[in-house]
Amino acid sequence: MYRVTSLLFAVGLTVLLFALVSHLDFGHAPMVVGESVNRLAAEQTGAANFVTAVVLGYRGIDTLGELAILFAAATAAGLVLGHKRSENSRREADGGAILIYGADLFFPLLLVVGLYIILHGHLTPGGGFQGGVILAAAFFVPVLARPGGGLNHRALSIVEGLAGASFIVIGLWGLWGGGEFLQPMLDKGTLGELVSAGTLPLLYLAVGLKVGAELAGLLTTIAETEANE
Amino acid sequence: MMDLSGPDLGMVLYGGAVALAVIGAIGVATATHLVRIVLAIALLEAGANLLLLLSAYRFDAIAPIIVTGREGVDSMVDPVPQAMVLTAIVIGVGIQAFAMSTVLKVHKVYATLDVRVLLKKMEQEIDAQAGVEPVSSPQAPDRAGIPGAAAKNVEF
Repeated sequence: MYRVTSLLFAVGLTVLLFALVSHLDFGHAPMVVGESVNRLAAEQTGAANFVTAVVLGYRGIDTLGELAILFAAATAAGLVLGHKRSENSRREADGGAILIYGADLFFPLLLVVGLYIILHGHLTPGGGFQGGVILAAAFFVPVLARPGGGLNHRALSIVEGLAGASFIVIGLWGLWGGGEFLQPMLDKGTLGELVSAGTLPLLYLAVGLKVGAELAGLLTTIAETEANE
Repeated sequence: MMDLSGPDLGMVLYGGAVALAVIGAIGVATATHLVRIVLAIALLEAGANLLLLLSAYRFDAIAPIIVTGREGVDSMVDPVPQAMVLTAIVIGVGIQAFAMSTVLKVHKVYATLDVRVLLKKMEQEIDAQAGVEPVSSPQAPDRAGIPGAAAKNVEF
């Protein structure tokens, strides 16, 4: 009975989605907002990557909400798992020679790649979220290699708090400068150069540091919980 | 125009996205292992994101990024759905991380991840808290595993 209900639900969902999809003309999508964005974004925000222009320039407050959701999820996960001092637990075996040397070798590379992707977010596909995940990986792989070590949660939360606060401060700066909240400030610069697009790279740097610190702390908390079982 | 255009390619791509979403939904509805349910939610999200991206795809259009030597703002895809999918992916990661940590906690407390066993254990706990005698008759139906356990005769 239960299975039949699930099957009926799945069939209904399929029909519903296909009914929606059949109205779409594949490959000839209508563009209403996108057309204006593509036409105006280069001069209004100075960003060569228009997705960045939408994420940080036009819909910056959505990104702030997104950061808030991510923060709430990370905080809730930390709350559910709880902080545990790992001194009293038994020593975990380390991850083996390959993982340890690999972690040492990859740490600087991941750091550079992550920062590169964050800082070029307004020019190339990439940005704070993607680069932040790579930064988190850079700090988490050593934790996998040496399970006893752990990360300094206090330092992580300081980085996270400062990054989040600077995002809001940049937003308030726009408000104070006579514009709207999170309005891009500073000089637009030359399109396509590293130092351009005003405050958008600074915002993405804040996003990247915040996402990186949050994810690294979250992954470390989960790993510590598993190790202590 | 590309030769690839036509109803078939679109239907195949849309079909793949819809199939991902439906497989995820079936997994959420029928899986009995909590980790599999979390993975099914991830599949469902992937299908939804793919559907959103595909709905904004245009033939002969490039990514909405200005690269020197390939100017031409007119032939770019819509950047708005891409920004939305970026947001959705990030929120999905947060939800999955929270779900996984909840699953870890459940495993720590109940020592199982099977939802049927979990239901039985939780019902026992609720009965014990409420001071209700557990059903002991040999004819009593097995309450765990029967959704909507109507046979449960709790007296207040």
